[in-house]
Amino acid sequence: MIDFEPLILTFRLALITTIILLIISFPIAYWLAYSRFKAKAIVETIVSMPLVLPPSVLGFYLLVAFSPSSWLGQFLETNFDLRLVFSFTGLIVASVIYSLPFMVHPIQAGFASLEPELKYASYSLGKSRLTTLLRVLLPNMKSSLLTGIVLTFAHTIGEFGVVLMIGGNIPGETKVASMAIYDQVEMMHYDQANIYAFILFAITFVILLVVYLINQRYFISKAI
Amino acid sequence: MIEINIQKKLQTAHGAMNLNAAFELQEGKITTIYGSSGAGKTTILTILAGLLTPETGTIKVNNEIWLDTFNKKKLPIQKRSIGFVFQNYALFPNMTVIDNLRYALRKGEEDAFVRELITIMELEQLQNRKPETLSGGQKQRVALARALVRRPKLLLLDEPLSALDPQMRSKLQDLILEVHHSFQLTTVLVSHDLAEVFKMSNWVMELENGKITRQGKPETVFAEHEATDHVQLVGKLLSNARKGKNNHLEILIGKNVVKIVTSQQEHSLISAGDEVVVVFQALQPVVRKLVNLKERN
Repeated sequence: MIDFEPLILTFRLALITTIILLIISFPIAYWLAYSRFKAKAIVETIVSMPLVLPPSVLGFYLLVAFSPSSWLGQFLETNFDLRLVFSFTGLIVASVIYSLPFMVHPIQAGFASLEPELKYASYSLGKSRLTTLLRVLLPNMKSSLLTGIVLTFAHTIGEFGVVLMIGGNIPGETKVASMAIYDQVEMMHYDQANIYAFILFAITFVILLVVYLINQRYFISKAI
Repeated sequence: MIEINIQKKLQTAHGAMNLNAAFELQEGKITTIYGSSGAGKTTILTILAGLLTPETGTIKVNNEIWLDTFNKKKLPIQKRSIGFVFQNYALFPNMTVIDNLRYALRKGEEDAFVRELITIMELEQLQNRKPETLSGGQKQRVALARALVRRPKLLLLDEPLSALDPQMRSKLQDLILEVHHSFQLTTVLVSHDLAEVFKMSNWVMELENGKITRQGKPETVFAEHEATDHVQLVGKLLSNARKGKNNHLEILIGKNVVKIVTSQQEHSLISAGDEVVVVFQALQPVVRKLVNLKERN
């Protein structure tokens, strides 16, 4: 019988990562979309780095940074009793960094696609920035939000290299589905590997399909 | 009385430009800022609204200071009593027509005035529609209504009618004049259409390269002399042909083409495409009321 723990762990990781990224990506994307600050390019570059860096590079640096012998790892351990290497919490932190561009970019594009006059009109009607954001800007970029959420979720499900570097392979803690597949293949259990692989394959297919269907309907209804 | 004195450096398509304008807006009047595109008209409007801050300047509205860069004072746009109508309407796509208007209400405010505006702007049939299903003229009526919900002191109109066909344009001009008077607004209109300037404004300022070059009543600024016993019509010259000693002019006034034959030499200097003012020197004009006009139609 197949062990469902890695699958459950994967989806828990993806869900938590998505929620955290949804919250922290808003201010970043808003700032990137509207700021005229000159050093903006540097921030944009940092946000986009995980797109091109090999996951093992990112994982390696995180491993070095979070290890108890580094100042950051030591600081976290003495002050917060937090160890980020080979732990689920560490995986979450790594996933948030690794999937950051997948959430920030669609939201940033969503902000940029809105006419600035919408914002100005709302201000001229006496509304604050927050009210404007919640009642005018966000409702008019639903498809960007949906894209960001789904891409982040799916991307986290597919994570492997970073997990391998920083999480290891601890059952119930850091052994996510992609690790389980690798494990089973190494032990020549191709049938077991196939079950995990197929479940991931099917789920990501369905999620993406649903998004494209929703976005398509959204744009069609807009065009009429 | 609204007093404005602003200086700002602008980057335009034709290079850097210094916007330097000092003027007064008379309460209850419509003032038009006229000029070619890139002259800085919209910039003045956005500075008045508080969307843009000039390098130096002051804006005083009665005794309230909206802007004083010398004392580092700036009233945010939310606290300025303005209504802004944008060239692209800027209606909120996620809200219906009536919700666009209701959005402008203050917290807990009744929507009686919103309903009144819906009636005035003839939006009853459209109130539950989303903006994307409306025509340009309809959208502009919604935008105008929405700008009035907060009963602003100052109404700012940024070329609100430039995207509309002449008929719709004329109808909306009448509507703007009507609300301007009934709500006793001080209105600033940005326009590059001379006919609109004549029809709409009590006062016009011509802006060229960021400077006010002329200002006054439209007939004083754009015609040679102020005339009270003359009929003045603004139009566009379609053709100008010299036949013998005379010039045969074809002028589009409103929707009518008027043909005029004149023998004055200077008429050779104007050419097709020029905007012109036609002065009829009627010594004894006869004006009759058109009764039953509506029934006849």
